[in-house]
Amino acid sequence: MELTLWTYEGPPHVGAMRIASSMKDIHYVLHAPQGDTYADLLFTMIERRGQRPPVTYTTFQARDLGGDTAELVKKNIKEAVERFKPKTLLVGESCTAELIQDQPGALAKGMGFNMPIVNLELPAYSKKENWGASETFYQLTRTLLREKVSSSEKISPLRWKELGRRPKVNILGPSLLGFRCRDDVIEIQRILSEQGIDTNVVAPLGASPDDIERLIDAEINICLYPEIAEASCEWLKRNFGIEYTNTIPIGIKNTIEFINEVHNKLGLPLTNKEELEHKSKLPWYSKSVDSNYLTGKRVFIFGDGTHAIAAAKIAKEELGFEVVGLGTYSREMARQVRATAKDLNVEALITNNYLEVEDAMKKAAPELVLGTQMERHSAKRLGIPCSVISTPMHVQDVPARYSPQMGWEGANVIFDDWVHPLMMGLEEHLIDMFKHDFEFVDGHQSHLGHTATQTKDFLNSGEKKEKNSKEEIIWTESGRAELTKVPFFIRGKVKTNTERYAISRGIPEISDETLYDAKAYFS
Amino acid sequence: MSKVEFNKETGPREVFCGLTSIVWLHRRMPDAFFLVVGSRTCAHLIQSAAGVMIFAEPRFGTAILEEKDLAGLADAHEELDRVVNDLIARRPEIKTLFLVGSCPSEVIKLDLATVAEKLNKRFLGQVRFVNYSGSGIETTFTQGEDGALKALIPLMDSSNEEKLLLVGTLANNVEDRFKKIFRNLGISNIESFPPRQSTELPKIGKNTKVLLTQPYLSDTVRDLKHRGCEIISAPFPLGIEGSSKWFLAAAKAFKINELKVHEIISPLINRAKLALESHKEILKGKRLFLLPESQLEISLARFLHNECEMDLIEVGTPYLNRDLMKEEINLLPDNTKIVEGQHVEKQLDRVRESNPDLVVCGMGLANPLEAEGISTKWSIEMVFSPIHGIDQAADLAGLFSKPLRRNQILTTKTLVTH
Repeated sequence: MELTLWTYEGPPHVGAMRIASSMKDIHYVLHAPQGDTYADLLFTMIERRGQRPPVTYTTFQARDLGGDTAELVKKNIKEAVERFKPKTLLVGESCTAELIQDQPGALAKGMGFNMPIVNLELPAYSKKENWGASETFYQLTRTLLREKVSSSEKISPLRWKELGRRPKVNILGPSLLGFRCRDDVIEIQRILSEQGIDTNVVAPLGASPDDIERLIDAEINICLYPEIAEASCEWLKRNFGIEYTNTIPIGIKNTIEFINEVHNKLGLPLTNKEELEHKSKLPWYSKSVDSNYLTGKRVFIFGDGTHAIAAAKIAKEELGFEVVGLGTYSREMARQVRATAKDLNVEALITNNYLEVEDAMKKAAPELVLGTQMERHSAKRLGIPCSVISTPMHVQDVPARYSPQMGWEGANVIFDDWVHPLMMGLEEHLIDMFKHDFEFVDGHQSHLGHTATQTKDFLNSGEKKEKNSKEEIIWTESGRAELTKVPFFIRGKVKTNTERYAISRGIPEISDETLYDAKAYFS
Repeated sequence: MSKVEFNKETGPREVFCGLTSIVWLHRRMPDAFFLVVGSRTCAHLIQSAAGVMIFAEPRFGTAILEEKDLAGLADAHEELDRVVNDLIARRPEIKTLFLVGSCPSEVIKLDLATVAEKLNKRFLGQVRFVNYSGSGIETTFTQGEDGALKALIPLMDSSNEEKLLLVGTLANNVEDRFKKIFRNLGISNIESFPPRQSTELPKIGKNTKVLLTQPYLSDTVRDLKHRGCEIISAPFPLGIEGSSKWFLAAAKAFKINELKVHEIISPLINRAKLALESHKEILKGKRLFLLPESQLEISLARFLHNECEMDLIEVGTPYLNRDLMKEEINLLPDNTKIVEGQHVEKQLDRVRESNPDLVVCGMGLANPLEAEGISTKWSIEMVFSPIHGIDQAADLAGLFSKPLRRNQILTTKTLVTH
């Protein structure tokens, strides 16, 4: 049993709903009680979808449990098939139905329908949403393409040359409730078509079962979101020999590497290599003198595996930040995140507990947080600027404007989205600096609301705790005065370091000189 | 009784389960914690319905069952013990801990009553434990509050003191208004259930006169009756009419002259009628379809028809207690079609066929209906907004007139291009 106040991922059947809702001509019969229908609002409210998710909930009640819940399942399947006429039916159960073991998938298969039926077994008590999405997409792909496995030869990535046409690729992984998937797909298709590469199928987002059957018309697969698509890509590789890409095109370097990888796999010469550097404004914006102040900014990163790893690379290599924390809630991606963290000389945080993330954030004393919507809230409480880079998301992460994370435009979006909160952070610093000037006496309103005072409360509360728990450390008037001159966003760190220094040296009182001693010691 | 048409429907539903009521209950009682014993789905449901992220640490959580908890119930009980210990160590300010049953905990027959009993002994004098079920196999949305309140009744001491007991969660400001009005009427001993502090439970007995503020409290009412309380029969205090009759019924139970009630509420009524005018202008003659969710639907339909002159196409309710709703049903126009339960697909077919001007529905259905060109109002807002009482009648009407007004603004050309 695990006490959970908030969870980054939903249950695995919500992952299955993401696949079903992303696609056309599919219906999902979910053996579940009425309360599970809440999941519809994720799609209709957060994604602002104008259609209901294609899901029928069997809605069994306590009084049904003594009777025949299996009959209820069959009744719902029959009605759903008649009403929605899907080309492929997904059948599964949520956490409660898993316990009563009606095996709805097997029931559906025994009903004599003339259409592919995918029996989803998603263990609700050990797995989570992204796994559920991945498994659903994999089972769907497998079911729809199984018959073609034996008859098919291995597909060569160079086949397009023999066929005398442009190379074709599939873009796999984008789904509803994924981070900016809608726009990433447009961006990646644009980049590929500039290189003379055609998109065969995008799936699951916008695909129909017929499209899944056409996956084998492509030479390679672009695995855009490994959390969702890697299992399917691997199966397609094993059974049809279709190679897939490993590079996630987020950031300039990764986008260029991605284009190289695609060309190498397809045996297609890359002709416009020099041009690529200039496709996005990020490199120049990052190089321009105005960005000097970005150097060494301390950044804390937490999100799904794919976005967290990409963010760390961009932060470090493209914007010149210092990564002071890196973590993920995706256990499936823990290995890769740990490897990246090791390269950056930080310890990876792998957890599903947001309070642990908030604690780590506090300790790392970052100047910018890149995280999920939850980290945005934690950062707000700590008075630290934040930009959202990953799911779980909020309605504001589905913006009206074109706003990808991938490719050239994605890099532009990232530059703006990460740097603007920092500039406002700097503005905050200026407000803090000039607050004693008479022009500010009327109370300058900070864009961060009351965070300035919150920061002080946070520092003060730390102080009280320190005094109670550790040896008595006294800040003299001069020490205190000097501390207030330190920019607010680093003040917490300076304070902790100075106190640590004082304790280690047995210094009972911290004066302005102690502060400078500590500064020299730690630098 | 007016000639109301009753129908029942079963099938796939689109409603919240009782766990959702934790969202307002925990705000009402800031010294209580609600621990759902359930699955990741339960945790995800509550956070999705409540927008949990705004809290540093919410006063509700889920003890998520894992594979090993399902293997042996003895272990599950031990595990729950451990979780509760951790929680109380972390949140020492908690005075009452609600152990809330869910669909999975009900199906595996996890005995939360016994667990609560044991914990009560161990934490005697520090924390009280109560248990109820908010499971979706037994409860819909607001019924969770019914379960929570019913669970508190055994903890309430007896007293034969005469008092008025307002039962059902109200917004604090509305509660204050009500109490002031009752005091003006001459009823001075007024208490609320649930109280603002979980430890300050009202005492009840044969001279307790219960006045319901919410229509979804069937089980609570039954148990209060068993404790000797008198239940005042009245419509619910939504809108001017409902609230006035509600005050009058309470006054009658306390033998207060009807004229005095009129004297006190007349100015309020006049003021409210004035405020209602602009909303009525928009709502008048518009056709309304209510999908089932909160059990407030019948009272809302009565208000929107009688005071805002809307036409009722269909009034859905997840559950109908005819006895409790008697006064409300009497006020409905003849031939009102009430549908208890739901087959969401068939109901949506009827929505489309009847071409309503406004549909009251859950958040899962609102945008899809809007995309079809049908204006909607989310029903969940009814349980989060202060809508009770004469003073709030215009605000209540405003919840329904706003989507229509917005639609009007967006579809009319008002500015000339110069």
